[in-house]
Amino acid sequence: MASYLFVRLGQAVLVLLGIVFLTFFLAFIVPADPARMIAGQSATVETVQRIRHELGLDQPLGAQFWRYLRQVARGDLGRSYAQKVEVAALLRSRFPATVQLMAAGILCELLIGLPAGILAAVRRDTWLDRSVMVGAFLGVSAPQFAVGLLLLYLVAFRFALLPLGGYGSLAHVILPALTLGIAGGGWYARVMRSAMVEVLSQDFVRTARAKGLPPAQVVSRHALKNAVLPIVTMVGLDFGTFMGGVVVVESVFGWPGIGQLAWQAIQIVDIPVILGVVIFSAIAIVTGNVLADLAYPWLDPKIRYQ
Amino acid sequence: MADVAVTPRRRRPPQAWDRLKRNRVAIAGLVVVAMIALVAVFAPWLAPYDPAEQFPEGLSQEGRPFGPTARYWLGTDLLGRDLFSRLLYGARVSLLIGVVANGAALTIGAALGGVAGYFKGWAGAVFMRFTDMMMAFPALLLAIALSAILRPSLWIVALVIALVNWVWIARVVYSQMLALSAREFVEAARAIGVPTGRLLVRHLLPHVIPTLLVWGTLGISTTVLFEAALSFLGVGVRPPTPSWGGIINESQSYFLEAPWLVAAPGVAVLLTSLAFNLVGDGLRDALDPQMRGR
Repeated sequence: MASYLFVRLGQAVLVLLGIVFLTFFLAFIVPADPARMIAGQSATVETVQRIRHELGLDQPLGAQFWRYLRQVARGDLGRSYAQKVEVAALLRSRFPATVQLMAAGILCELLIGLPAGILAAVRRDTWLDRSVMVGAFLGVSAPQFAVGLLLLYLVAFRFALLPLGGYGSLAHVILPALTLGIAGGGWYARVMRSAMVEVLSQDFVRTARAKGLPPAQVVSRHALKNAVLPIVTMVGLDFGTFMGGVVVVESVFGWPGIGQLAWQAIQIVDIPVILGVVIFSAIAIVTGNVLADLAYPWLDPKIRYQ
Repeated sequence: MADVAVTPRRRRPPQAWDRLKRNRVAIAGLVVVAMIALVAVFAPWLAPYDPAEQFPEGLSQEGRPFGPTARYWLGTDLLGRDLFSRLLYGARVSLLIGVVANGAALTIGAALGGVAGYFKGWAGAVFMRFTDMMMAFPALLLAIALSAILRPSLWIVALVIALVNWVWIARVVYSQMLALSAREFVEAARAIGVPTGRLLVRHLLPHVIPTLLVWGTLGISTTVLFEAALSFLGVGVRPPTPSWGGIINESQSYFLEAPWLVAAPGVAVLLTSLAFNLVGDGLRDALDPQMRGR
């Protein structure tokens, strides 16, 4: 078990290293002259030179990367070009809002996806199954920004049931979380259904039925526990897709989280902020994956670390 | 008597196309895909107006856009342009990027995944770790960062999407190739001295094509959504080129007064993505009957 943990953590560190390298490449190699971007178009040659020196851009590439790596390891993600504030501080101040939104979003997609998938599997090959699956496809295929804007229009504007964007109370989180949940719910419904179909065809389910358990109990007591495993991995893997969705949803709803920060930074090509968000989300994703890996054996004694 | 003498035609097993034909949902998807493709190709002939033309009479006295009218079927946008014509032209951008980006992703994915799966060993190990890293990247965020830094154009957007999307295909091809390369016909081909390149392309690639077909179709649906999201965020296709995501981006500030400016392109994206999803799903069922109903 210890060696398994060790391998997984080693892999996670490797992945993070790769990500830092890629962001370094994006930040310092791709733009023609980062120093010029920081200094602004009207700066003198001397100013640009000075900034280039301060950033270490006049050093060899290897040295630059080493420096960048040390900075990131210390939690220093550089300063925003536009706001002249530490990127790490910006991320910290936006973090709680995004965590709230993600938690609510994941809750929404599970609440939509799991019951739908179970229902479809239990009523396999009926009209109910087919309509749930078409609904799942609709959810998966709907562009989140349009769904968000239309929810705002209908629920918040026309019927004035919920606030029009903003942040603070439970009422504010419902629409953004629902927007995230509609797309994710579609995926979860599909995965849940196929896992459930698989489990329901197994011997122990037949035994449970044969000994006269009511169908609802067969599903809830015996099948569900086994079918829920792929969902756990999915929640872990989902962080990546989620972070992308969060950018869109936060910009639609004016949610003051990391996604909105990224969106604002995109508009003015504030590269340190954009890359800070990328690194930050990558860390979140890797952590999510490792947590899912760890939860696995805890949920399923059969695979307690081979 | 003659009837009896006729040799019975050999009944071939139901082929993929026959199975696909029986799947009504997939066929509906296929019809929609064909319609969108036709719209994209014939947009200049189908569109009632030039999508870039700003009609002074396309805005009300107060400068507001019109909702659907007899003259402008889906209404006008904030600059008095005909929304319907812009939507038709938007299909071009969406499909072009969908096909190009996804084609590139398929090529990269099949090549890397295929080669890594065939050679296994350290090539396989490096490949697996690299794809692990790519999968840990928030795809949309990475694409946003890339295209924000690279100054987007149609081709850059396609390239960015391809660079982000190839990983999933590569992983699927990799695992298939691992299984294939252990089969006897591969060993036989090697034994009679078929060169590796030829073996990969002529003998192994055909086995992966059904998978590529399914993933390619499903991939277009993700790509269409992806492009729309990028354009909506303002880092995708640049105005004045009409793209569905871009139309929503332009109209965002005004959508409470003019919801059709969001709804119409939103439905266009939804329909396109949905249609490719349904076809891809149908193809999967048709090409791999064991997966049926899973």
